[in-house]
This record gives sequence, C-alpha cells and structure tokens, in this order.
Amino acid sequence: MLNYDLVVVGGGPAGMAAAIKARECGIDSILILERAETLGGILEQCIHTGFGLQYFGEQLSGPEYADRFIEQVKEMNIEYKTDTMVLDVTEDKTVYAVNKKDGLLEIKAKAVILAMGCRERPRGALNIPGTRASGIMTAGTAQKYVNIDGYMPGKKVVILGSGDIGLIMARRMTLEGAKVECVCELMPYSSGLTRNIVQCLEDFDIPLYLSTTVIDIQGKDRVTGVTIASVDENRQPIPGTERNIECDTLLLSVGLIPENELTKNVGIGLDRVTNGAVVDEYRETDHEGIFACGNVLHVHDLVDFVTQESQIAGEGAARYIQGKKGKPAYISTKGVGAVRYIVPQKVNINNEGDVKLFFRVGSTFKNATVKVSYNGTELISRKRPRLAPGEMENVTIKNDMLKTFAEGGVIEITVEA
Amino acid sequence: MTRNITCVTCPMGCSITVEINDAGEVISVSGNTCKRGETYAKNEVTHPARSLATTVRVNGGIYNVVPCKSSEDLPKEKIFECMKAVNEARVNAPVKLGDVLLENICGTGIDIVATNHCPAK
Repeated sequence: MLNYDLVVVGGGPAGMAAAIKARECGIDSILILERAETLGGILEQCIHTGFGLQYFGEQLSGPEYADRFIEQVKEMNIEYKTDTMVLDVTEDKTVYAVNKKDGLLEIKAKAVILAMGCRERPRGALNIPGTRASGIMTAGTAQKYVNIDGYMPGKKVVILGSGDIGLIMARRMTLEGAKVECVCELMPYSSGLTRNIVQCLEDFDIPLYLSTTVIDIQGKDRVTGVTIASVDENRQPIPGTERNIECDTLLLSVGLIPENELTKNVGIGLDRVTNGAVVDEYRETDHEGIFACGNVLHVHDLVDFVTQESQIAGEGAARYIQGKKGKPAYISTKGVGAVRYIVPQKVNINNEGDVKLFFRVGSTFKNATVKVSYNGTELISRKRPRLAPGEMENVTIKNDMLKTFAEGGVIEITVEA
Repeated sequence: MTRNITCVTCPMGCSITVEINDAGEVISVSGNTCKRGETYAKNEVTHPARSLATTVRVNGGIYNVVPCKSSEDLPKEKIFECMKAVNEARVNAPVKLGDVLLENICGTGIDIVATNHCPAK
C-alpha cells in the first residue's frame, strides 16, 4: 500500500494545474496517475493554435500549452505515473490503479482530485440508421489519426455536428487534401466558437447546414455516402428534404460527455445538466476530500478556464489536507430560464475570497442583461453584448456580498433579452 | 464601402465593421474590443493572413509526425502552397519543441517551428 497526501486522477491540463497549485500551497506528497503514455491529455493531439490567450496572453498550440505544465510538473518533482489506469476510487479515498510495471497499485490518499476529462459521444449514442461500414468515427479519433499517427482516415468527408472539434477537423482534413462536403448541425445554431466557424469553414468555403442531420449511412465495407435532411423545430427530419451526399468518411462531433465512471462508483452526487459532480466553490464534491475539476466536472470551451478551475481545486485540496477548511455553511446556486447550469452548485458563505460563478446559456442573445438575485432580490445586473451556448460566461460574487447571505439561501442567475 | 468581419484573434469573436475607400484604404474600424482586433480587421481587408498548424514527417522518431506551426501568420493565399512544402519535408529525430523545421517557407520569410517534442526511437 502506497501513501500520498494527494492523488490526482488524470494528467491532462486539469490534473497538472491542480497538482502544481497544491504543491505551491505546500503539499509535498502528490501523485498524478495518467492513462496515456505521456502527460498532456487531449492537448497532445490539438495541434491548432488558439490556446493560452486568456492564461498566458499568447497564441499557443495544444502541445505547447501542455508542455508548459509538463515542464513545471517535472521541475517541481511532482511524481507521476503514465500508462496507468485507475480502476477504482473508494469512499475512504483509496485509489486502485494498474500498470505494466507496478502491477496493481493500492494507494491511500488524504485527498483525491478527479480530473479524468471527457469523451466524445459515439455513433451508438445517436441512433443513426444505416450500415456499419468503416469510415464512421468521432472527430477526435480522426484528429488522433492525422495529428499523432500521421495518416489520413478519408478523402471525402461529411461532418455531423458543429462543435469545435468538428470545425477544427473540417479545416485540418481540408489542409491535408481531403474534400469536406459539408458540416451538418441538428440545432439552429452552432455550438462551436464563432472564430472557428470563420477560420475553419468560411475560409475554405465549407458549407454549414443548420437544422440538418444525417438520417442514413450507405456502404457495405466502406462508407459510400450519407443521406442528410432538414429537421423541424422538434428536431424531426422533414419529409422531402432528403439529400444524398457521396463520401467515404463520416466524422461525428456531437458533444462531449464528462467521464464520470469513477465518480459514480464513489457515490458522488452528479448534476443532471453538466453530467459532472455537484461541487462547492473549491470544487469539492459531496464526499469530503474528493474534488473534481476540468472537463470531468463540466465541459469547457477553453483550456484556459480548465487551468483556472483546476488551480481552485488544487488549492481547495491543499486547504483540506492542511485542516484549513472551515465549517461550511452553504447556499445553493440555480440557473433560471435560459441559464442551463451554474458551477459551483453551492457556495460556502464562510469563504474568505470572492467567488466566480460560471454558467452557460441554452440559446443565443444579443445585448442581453445577466441578472443575479439572492432569495428573489436582485443584486447584480450586467450587460453582455452577446451570449452563446458555446461560450461559457461568469459573474463574480464579491466576498462582502457573500457575507450578507445566510445558510440555505439561493442565488439565481437569469438572462433577459 | 463597408465590410463586416468576425475577428478570429481570440475566442471572443468580435463582429467588426471596416470602412474602406475606393482606393482600398481603411478609413475606420469599429466594433472591436481591443487593439489586436483593430490590427486584424485592417489586415483582413488589405492582406489577409492566417496561422498554419500542421505536422511534419519524422524519420526515426517515436511518432511518425511532429506537430508544427508557422512562426507568424502566413498570407492566406499561400496556405496550400505552404502545406505542400511541409508535406514534402522530412526531418530527423530527435525534434525539440521550438526547433525550426523549415526556414523561410515558400519565400514568405516565415519559419515552420516544431510545437512538440519527438524523441528518437
């Protein structure tokens, strides 16, 4: 049995930032467990630039952004094990993991940070009829084939879903000589960043069909084509709008799901909207000493925000280990109307600092007002030139305001057009 | 004449309006929320440029390819020409992040730089 103060599950941007912050807060005994062969997580295959503008004030590629943290982990002598799969985390914070070198590991931790990230929704989650020919894969799988393994998975491509990975892969496949016929999006808006629609689709004249989905896939051994159709307001295909498109590859970019199997095994309460744990302002779950951060908590659109959130979790874990966590008195947060969710879901009013509430809206707004109320009384009103489902927003609750709240109170965030 | 463009400099994606005279010169830029947006908008209507991120084939590395990017934004119309040059190139392992892999690509004065490490096999 190994003993560590802090075990971090996942060595991507979230896990590394959390571990580094915990070390800076005075925790010496830290172990990061990573499933892949290197630290860095999904950033290793995200070779496009645009990372780090918020955090570093620079345009970095994914591997460059990751490398800054990998170097820090090494400089700080934070222990890590790659090629190591965590099998189970128990309620008493024992972590079971396995790798080829050590065999089965049993690690007792004082605190655990869950930073497993998320995975892509696969075809099976979509119920698209049609054959099971090869050439159907998630956009992230194609990204790995092209950017890490160095080969092209197709020549004529249709992309279903306009999430950022789908848009990025539309450009990447085009640059490598493939013909991207179109990107189809079920919703009447794209969930990707506006800049990606411009620089990944419009730059290359790739059509984006909104309110459109794939209703059939043809091909015996290899995909030979797909049938697309427009959908009505209930997202049902409209008869007569079907169109066949010849292609050899269908890429799916239809959403990300936080990878919470370990979280569920512990019995940690999950938020039905985020599919991640319910957490307080330090990202501590309802199980004392177990924290969650990054895409396993809620799917972020910018890694910069993952880093910032994970530093909060790292600090929270350090405070917990050092016995600095005060007696909590919680208020809850609640998104109303167009505000789909808020993280954190609860806030300790005995907290010493300001608290940033992150939220996401369900539809697009121009010149909207974000309103924050406490037990029905409006506290904050902020103008926002635009709000979009693909772009996370935040409001800060100042500590002096927090101090006027009482345990059991409710903070609500709404958006008015 | 006015042109409406979306700034791609950062994830904010500001909608910017650029006013141009008959000689193609920029008269005014509005809608941007930072200085970078103004620069982007002026460039976009006069000589659009984009950063290029791709991969280069590696001989003798633990991976077949190493990711790379242009050290600065490349003229937009030269992107495919530059892609061809990068795809024809081969570099030898080990490659270190920051190594210049191709100098002055297609005569643009811009280098192609490795954005990750690729140790030798």
